[in-house]
Amino acid sequence: MSFPILTVTAAVPAVGAVVTAAVPAARRSAARLTALAFSVATLVLALVTMARFDTGGARYQFTETHTWVKNFGLHYDLGVDGIGVVMVALTALLIPFVMLAGWHDADPLEDVNPNRRWRPTQGFFALILLVEAMVVLSFEATDVFLFYIFFEAMLIPMYFLIGGFGDRAHPGGEEEAARQRSYAAVKFLLYNLAGGLIMLAAVIALYAATAKQLGTGTFSLQEILDARAAGRLHLVTSTERWIFLGFFFAFAVKAPLWPLHTWLPNAMGESTAPVAVLITAVVDKVGTFAMLRFCLQLFPEASKWATPVILVLAVISIIYGALLAVGQRDIKRLIAYASVSHFGFIILGIFAMTSQGQSGATLYMVNHGISTAALMLVAGFLISRRGSRLIADFGGVQKVAPVLAGTFLVGGLATLSLPGLAPFVSEFLVLVGTFSRYPVLGIIATLGIVLAALYVLVLYQRTMTGPVKAGVEGLSDLKARELLVVAPLIALLLFLGVYPKPVTDIVNPSVGHTLSDVHKTDPKPALEAKK
Amino acid sequence: MSAALHSGPVVHSLWTTAASSTDRFPTPHIEYAQLSPVLIIFGVAMLGILVEAFTPRRHRYTAQVVLAVVGLAAAFAAVVALAEKGYGTTKAHIAAMGAVAVDGPALFLQGTILLVGLVAVFTFAERRLDPKAHGRHVDSFAAQGSAVPGGEQEKAAVRAGFTTTEVFPLLLFAVGGMLVFPAANDLLTLFVALEVFSLPLYILCALARRNRLMSQESAVKYFLLGAFSSAFLLFGIALLYGYSGTVTYSGISAVIDGTAPTNPALDNTTGNDALLLIGLAMVAVGLLFKVGAVPFHMWTPDVYQGAPTPVTGFMAAATKVAAFGALLRLLYVVLPGMRWDWRPVMWGVAIATMLVGAVIAVTQTDVKRLLAYSSVAHAGFILAGVIAVDKDGVSSVLFYLAAYSFVTLGAFAVVTLVRDAGGEATHLSRWAGLGRRSPLVAAVFGVFLLAFAGIPLTSGFAGKFAVFKAAAQGGAMPLVIIGVISSAVAAFFYIRVIVLMFFSEPKPDGPSVAVPSPLTSMAIALGVVVTLVMGLAPQYFLDLADKASVFVR
Repeated sequence: MSFPILTVTAAVPAVGAVVTAAVPAARRSAARLTALAFSVATLVLALVTMARFDTGGARYQFTETHTWVKNFGLHYDLGVDGIGVVMVALTALLIPFVMLAGWHDADPLEDVNPNRRWRPTQGFFALILLVEAMVVLSFEATDVFLFYIFFEAMLIPMYFLIGGFGDRAHPGGEEEAARQRSYAAVKFLLYNLAGGLIMLAAVIALYAATAKQLGTGTFSLQEILDARAAGRLHLVTSTERWIFLGFFFAFAVKAPLWPLHTWLPNAMGESTAPVAVLITAVVDKVGTFAMLRFCLQLFPEASKWATPVILVLAVISIIYGALLAVGQRDIKRLIAYASVSHFGFIILGIFAMTSQGQSGATLYMVNHGISTAALMLVAGFLISRRGSRLIADFGGVQKVAPVLAGTFLVGGLATLSLPGLAPFVSEFLVLVGTFSRYPVLGIIATLGIVLAALYVLVLYQRTMTGPVKAGVEGLSDLKARELLVVAPLIALLLFLGVYPKPVTDIVNPSVGHTLSDVHKTDPKPALEAKK
Repeated sequence: MSAALHSGPVVHSLWTTAASSTDRFPTPHIEYAQLSPVLIIFGVAMLGILVEAFTPRRHRYTAQVVLAVVGLAAAFAAVVALAEKGYGTTKAHIAAMGAVAVDGPALFLQGTILLVGLVAVFTFAERRLDPKAHGRHVDSFAAQGSAVPGGEQEKAAVRAGFTTTEVFPLLLFAVGGMLVFPAANDLLTLFVALEVFSLPLYILCALARRNRLMSQESAVKYFLLGAFSSAFLLFGIALLYGYSGTVTYSGISAVIDGTAPTNPALDNTTGNDALLLIGLAMVAVGLLFKVGAVPFHMWTPDVYQGAPTPVTGFMAAATKVAAFGALLRLLYVVLPGMRWDWRPVMWGVAIATMLVGAVIAVTQTDVKRLLAYSSVAHAGFILAGVIAVDKDGVSSVLFYLAAYSFVTLGAFAVVTLVRDAGGEATHLSRWAGLGRRSPLVAAVFGVFLLAFAGIPLTSGFAGKFAVFKAAAQGGAMPLVIIGVISSAVAAFFYIRVIVLMFFSEPKPDGPSVAVPSPLTSMAIALGVVVTLVMGLAPQYFLDLADKASVFVR
């Protein structure tokens, strides 16, 4: 039996969570360093997996298969295709930065606490590691039910991260902050739980259908695909559509797609910047990833049936998110709405059903993760310095903190997809992929780029340029720890902006597989994808 | 098919042999070994009464606790031994002249009830939580049940340090009745078992040390409504007898199928479908009342709130197990031929139970009432599994009941810990910030709430998945969809409690968390362990439930 590297990649952060939580209350720095060490170890494992991934090899690699609960048809099946391995690597990459950026976010304000069991710092880092473990497992799962379990279970640690460790810089003061935070956490949980429970009904229906036709119910992606290829499994059109809708609903809430996005601005606005990054750059990616992995593969016909509606919703997301971002007065909510717009692009790329579109969408997930992390984390540094997140409270920051302003600008330019920075490549691919099949939608979606320039540049102009506002004079520039967070992310944005080949090479064969699942070929004449 | 059925034109049973012949009085044939769990419990309960009568007051507590624990453990061992011998599967048959079934579902549920009873004894015996009264440790029960609340007699009893140790024999009698209830194989045994376990519960409900008036009120409510539902059940039994001329399950089933010889004395009524349908409806009302299904759920919140919390936990867990067992047997053994008549009705009841339970729970402000409405919603989920009418349905319900009862016991045990000057602080606002004050207790309660909400990796999820899967395979997909919608609603109020505990600032005059004795700690720890084990590795328990899912006919 070969080394179960996928299990280990998920187990390391899970064990790390337990170890971190067990560190005594007073040893906060020990807890932080422990958590960081575990997250770096996870990153190493993820990179090893990516390096050893054979792009010309089997579709799913490093597979592990065990039966977990026979009666439920639940298997512990892991395996990664090119898309999965990249998403695992992205997750493992971002977590250390999230931790470094949130180094002191969870420290108790006063050191005297009567209860020695109350350990917020330990809890904060343990929860981040727990989320990482569950996200990694959901990227690796090739059993529908196994995926569902972690898809749902990750909500709980995420919920505590949002509700328990909110932003201290709230315009309405401490009391209002607590109220808003708890509201945001509950909204996050209820939206996602409702989505997940609808999916549960669909999962059960899938089991009933397979049990009826195959004799024993199964959730194994491989078994289902094999049975369908062999003609032993055929879902009735209406059944397939209903089950597809159940799955898609859950993923659309998570992604989030308009009109199910309303939890995101609350959750990102009220949580600390690192947690906001965790939500939008890591957890939400599970939603778009699952559309590629499960919706398209399991329900190709229904996916094609629903494509027109989904594409329109995606375009609405792009425009609506961008318009609302333009109108925001709160920096974090602005970034949240920008993310809604970007998720629209990702979903557009996935459901355009062209190889450029899907490669672009996968690349977009990676690039959006990195660029949003850079922008949001710098914004977080800025907000915690000033103690406010309202755009109106800032002005002329580039005069007092030039490095901070400069990195903020790079993050912002990446968000608006400036050529030379990574998101440009993916956005271009998505739009090309969409144009070749749906020119009108492609043209409308392009408007999103124009609006992106508007909300990013106006944000920069209002906060960074102009005369130095009262309250901004004393702001210090980025510290060494903060530079350590931002510099690698920016370097990565530049690198993937000019040389995306390492990622596209891994992703492209898997996209080809996915497209052949839905029996779609690129329309002719096709524009050449970046090879 | 029981042997009694072949003995003559008149269908005999334990209940009818004595009445039908005047010249002979045959000894009933009883398989004592196979009924040993029940006999042990009743024997020990009677011993408990003798202890109460003849032992000095200061020794009673120890004697009673030891007796109860030993009795329950011995009965559980007897159940396991019976299952080992194959009475749950191949040797399953009907004992005591057709009165009691010894089969898989019966043994599984009896085992569950005995374990629940054992854990309940731990919580009943807890004496560290309440402050000492006049130098003596006291438990959750009234000093003297018969004393008027607030009267001189009660004050004297409290001063004298009296404690109500008769709760242990009462508990054992209730457990005994519950053991028979899901195993009952004729309607009269069913009725007697119902009364045997209900009467001790009525008394136990009235015995709270704090909030005596509320406790007594809850007992009266429970008693009146319970008596009402018993009357329904009894009237239903009479009508079913009129329809079939017998009270045994197999006999009635045979008459429904038209394969049995009928009683000539009842020629006018036998086979009258009106009698059958009305009788069936009335029997079902009696059982649904005990289950706490809508619209017969009205008693649950008041009784759950007023009863002493250890009793509430026991009642919520064990009554549900026993009543669902009886309901399953009735529907699967007596009425499989009638499924086209009862399924639509049960659909309606299940849907109403899930939705009403979940929606009304949202507005609750008392943690015990909240758990009461949550138990109503859970009854709805279990009903969804009952409706499946196949082997999967039975096994999923068995699994759900086992999973649910330990979560419930644990949750109510945690409720006994959170206290202020007036005893337990059950108002939800008092729980604000508990996560800061006592992270461990709040985290444990959080685990129970997540299990109730059916979050993956807890036993609640495995159970919910099992019953919904059975329902979907039985063709009840709409029921599954309504089930997940009410789960989403239910998740809201469980999460609200978590929000309150972890994200609200603790109140300066908030309740404190009492440090329990090892007894309650053990009950809670067992709840957590079972919740996680059945959530992470449910295969063993599913197999067990699967093996135990065939009713003997």
